[in-house]
Amino acid sequence: MPALHHGGMHNTPHTTFLARFAALLALAFALAPAHAGDTTAASQMQRWSDASGKPVSAERGRVFFTSRHGGEWSCASCHGNPPTTSTRHASTGKTITPLAPAFNPERFTDQAKVDKWFRRNCNDVLSRECTAVEKADVLAWLLQLDAKTPSQATKGTP
Amino acid sequence: MNHTATTLARNPFVRTVRRSTALLALACAMPATWADSREMPASAMLPAYKQECAACHMAYPPGMLPASSWTRMMKGLGQHYGTDASLDAAMVRQIGTWLEAHAGTTKRVREAPPQDRITQSAWFERKHREVQPAVWKRAAVGSRANCMACHTRADQGDFDDDRVHIPK
Repeated sequence: MPALHHGGMHNTPHTTFLARFAALLALAFALAPAHAGDTTAASQMQRWSDASGKPVSAERGRVFFTSRHGGEWSCASCHGNPPTTSTRHASTGKTITPLAPAFNPERFTDQAKVDKWFRRNCNDVLSRECTAVEKADVLAWLLQLDAKTPSQATKGTP
Repeated sequence: MNHTATTLARNPFVRTVRRSTALLALACAMPATWADSREMPASAMLPAYKQECAACHMAYPPGMLPASSWTRMMKGLGQHYGTDASLDAAMVRQIGTWLEAHAGTTKRVREAPPQDRITQSAWFERKHREVQPAVWKRAAVGSRANCMACHTRADQGDFDDDRVHIPK
């Protein structure tokens, strides 16, 4: 076996530079604006509840989520009912992680992402955008789905 | 140029960092060297493309469609094979530009397939001619667009026959 001549890191100008460059890179990443983690599921519910000016209803949210609205799909077609486990997309087969925040803490923590997906998915299911009342109700139901009592939701997809 | 900027420009550390940054940018801009442009691994793909497109399906290698197909697709994301896959204008531009730059140019990919579907390309049909119709309908496959069901390393740009495992 050939002898190892380099024998550890010498503090050459080259390595010092590399270390500094790496530190600079790390700093740049740390300073980059955070896209995720700018909100919570509860504050998203509050946001739409404020916009609608009406009290939320988890039961109304459950019915909305599990019903078809004139099209081929309901929200539950892809997200499952209750949306507490991983499912597969109705057409692409791609895995969709749980939607209920208690089962997937990353959900509803990035407002831009929340808005993007409500816009697209409401269009797919209802052929229109969802109203503030509808979004607040769905959030109220999702927030009610507790990791400790998963049986509170009804089984079976519509 | 003010005094601080002049001092910064003379600083050897700053100069080296600048040079390295330029080198890094050059490395990122280097043309892909895959044997076939249809075999680009996910690691070489534009992060925005992976983030947005692979949220719903595999990040298909851009070389599997000609530029004309990608251009049309990026203009019609509001109705993307039956679903709304719309993105904001800046994202559409960023991903579209990248797809067009890495689109397929070889003889068999040059012509746009019906509906700009990879799975309706003549080369795709030819390569899968031995696959029985019932196989595509299996629950574990579900769709012709689900490359990963059989090409177990498709996300790494590896579509080699030796790595094909057809699920029961």
